[in-house]
Amino acid sequence: MTRETTAKAKMPLDGWVIAAALVIGTFYATLTAARTEDPVMSVHAYVFAGAFLLGIFGIIKAYFDTSESLATQSADAPIEYDLKVVKAGVIASVFWGIAGFIAGDTIAFQLAYPDLNFDTSFINFGRLRPLHTSAVIFAFGGNVLLATSFYVVQRTCKARLPGVFSSWFVFWGYQLFIVVAATGYLMGATQGKEYAEPEWYTDIWLTIVWVVYLLVFLGTLWKRREPHIYVANWFYLAFIVTVAMLHIVNNLTVPVSWTSSKSYILFAGVQDALTQWWYGHNAVGFFLTAGFLAIMYYFVPKRANRPVYSYRLSIVHFWSLIFMYIWAGPHHLHYTALPDWAQTLGMTFSIMLWMPSWGGMINGLMTLSGAWDKLRTDPVLRMLVVSIAFYGMSTFEGPVMSIKAVNSLSHYTDWTVGHVHSGALGWVAYVSFGALYCLVPWLWNRTQLYSLKLVSYHFWISTFGILLYITSMWVSGILQGLMWRAYDDLGFLEYSFVETVEAMNPFYWIRAIGGAFFVIGSLIMAYNLWRTARGDVRTESRSLAPEAVPSPVAAE
Amino acid sequence: MEYNDVSTFSQTWGLVYLVVMFLGGVIYALWPKNKSKFDHAAQIPLEDD
Repeated sequence: MTRETTAKAKMPLDGWVIAAALVIGTFYATLTAARTEDPVMSVHAYVFAGAFLLGIFGIIKAYFDTSESLATQSADAPIEYDLKVVKAGVIASVFWGIAGFIAGDTIAFQLAYPDLNFDTSFINFGRLRPLHTSAVIFAFGGNVLLATSFYVVQRTCKARLPGVFSSWFVFWGYQLFIVVAATGYLMGATQGKEYAEPEWYTDIWLTIVWVVYLLVFLGTLWKRREPHIYVANWFYLAFIVTVAMLHIVNNLTVPVSWTSSKSYILFAGVQDALTQWWYGHNAVGFFLTAGFLAIMYYFVPKRANRPVYSYRLSIVHFWSLIFMYIWAGPHHLHYTALPDWAQTLGMTFSIMLWMPSWGGMINGLMTLSGAWDKLRTDPVLRMLVVSIAFYGMSTFEGPVMSIKAVNSLSHYTDWTVGHVHSGALGWVAYVSFGALYCLVPWLWNRTQLYSLKLVSYHFWISTFGILLYITSMWVSGILQGLMWRAYDDLGFLEYSFVETVEAMNPFYWIRAIGGAFFVIGSLIMAYNLWRTARGDVRTESRSLAPEAVPSPVAAE
Repeated sequence: MEYNDVSTFSQTWGLVYLVVMFLGGVIYALWPKNKSKFDHAAQIPLEDD
């Protein structure tokens, strides 16, 4: 190893700090591994110790390779943007996306055909379900948000991410969080809070990673050469700050001991329920909405090559959305022990959310005014626009379902599951796919995607899958709700519970098949992106507009 | 401070607080002097760098 005689061979400050923290972390994890009698904690302590050691080696290796790694910086930018971590985020997004979609479709088939649980605890529905939700929301969605936020904040601020190792600490620290959370679920470690299942030590680790994420993001804003902070960054910042707040408050737990994986929540009863749904709904509002709206506000104008329809509307959209969303959580607790006025408050704020949601949808869609013809030739833009349409549809459906009278029918039924997936598949995943199709050619310096025709296939196949999913869940959910509340002449319940389960079975099959279409679409995307990154271009007549290609499902 | 005091306070002053915040946001967005700033900001993603 020849040491270069340049200043670059100096270890940056964040490298020292992170390396020192990782050394302490390695000792602590090893000590815990030695002392614990809890098998889950034992496995995780070794995972943490191993990951920390790898991190230390990574920093030492990067220290000796620094001059080389800086030389291979992407040449397209005069400002040397930190794009490698964005590339890593894109790869991780595709990987976790496919893993999470397959996990979801697996549990969909388990519901249709319960023998697929195989009588083993590790892969039964109860453990795979949080694995699926965490994989798609936090692993897929989270990596998309990490990658796009690091890209967008640098580009729109015309500044490089601060530090050398900090952004990499965020990236790898976040992957470690995902691995520990997912393996914990399979081993049965859970605090039983929906979308917040990871146990206390995983929560502490995520908090550390998240604070560094916030610092890296703020540091880039601080260094910006562009006086105005573009609206996408406001949405990203709201997402990062609010998720930190929600995560900490909802996970205030007391561990049984320092070497136990089990903990108990600080709150009890209805206070705990309210805290949980304050968290849960704002995970939707700030993780799955604000973060992905940031993607919309950057990638739709960029792809359509037009400025956002109304910048003023985007400001009103931002402030009204964040001030209202935070109050909508109680609509998850209609007809419970929560005080009636609080339920009404949650319902009222949910209905008021129509305004900012649709304002944002209009702003995104109208950005295409004068460029609508691009929808015919650019399937990536079509994916982005359809994502905004799904955003509009699910933010219309959500407030309807938050109305107490509707909720008395829809709550605890598959209607909720269908609603969540019209938002998750139609909005979150589609806007993410659109961003990934944009980012891969930009990051790997390719002039175009490997194949637009494959994007078109992805679009139609997965759109067909989403439609199968949400329509079957509407029917199933309303059927289920009506059967539960049906009384006979004598005032007895008309149906036993198992009869309602039996009635839903055909719809479970339709849903599982729809999910399979969605998985196939994502595999096509992964192939297309991989070939794009390699620099291949498929010979296809580009004059033939993609929608002129006979598509197997275009007729539906 | 009883439960009722807290809920009465939040059910009245909460409304005032949110209306004031909303009006503040709208006035900031529509303030004529800010127009050129926002017109420039809207172009940020499209600038080639």
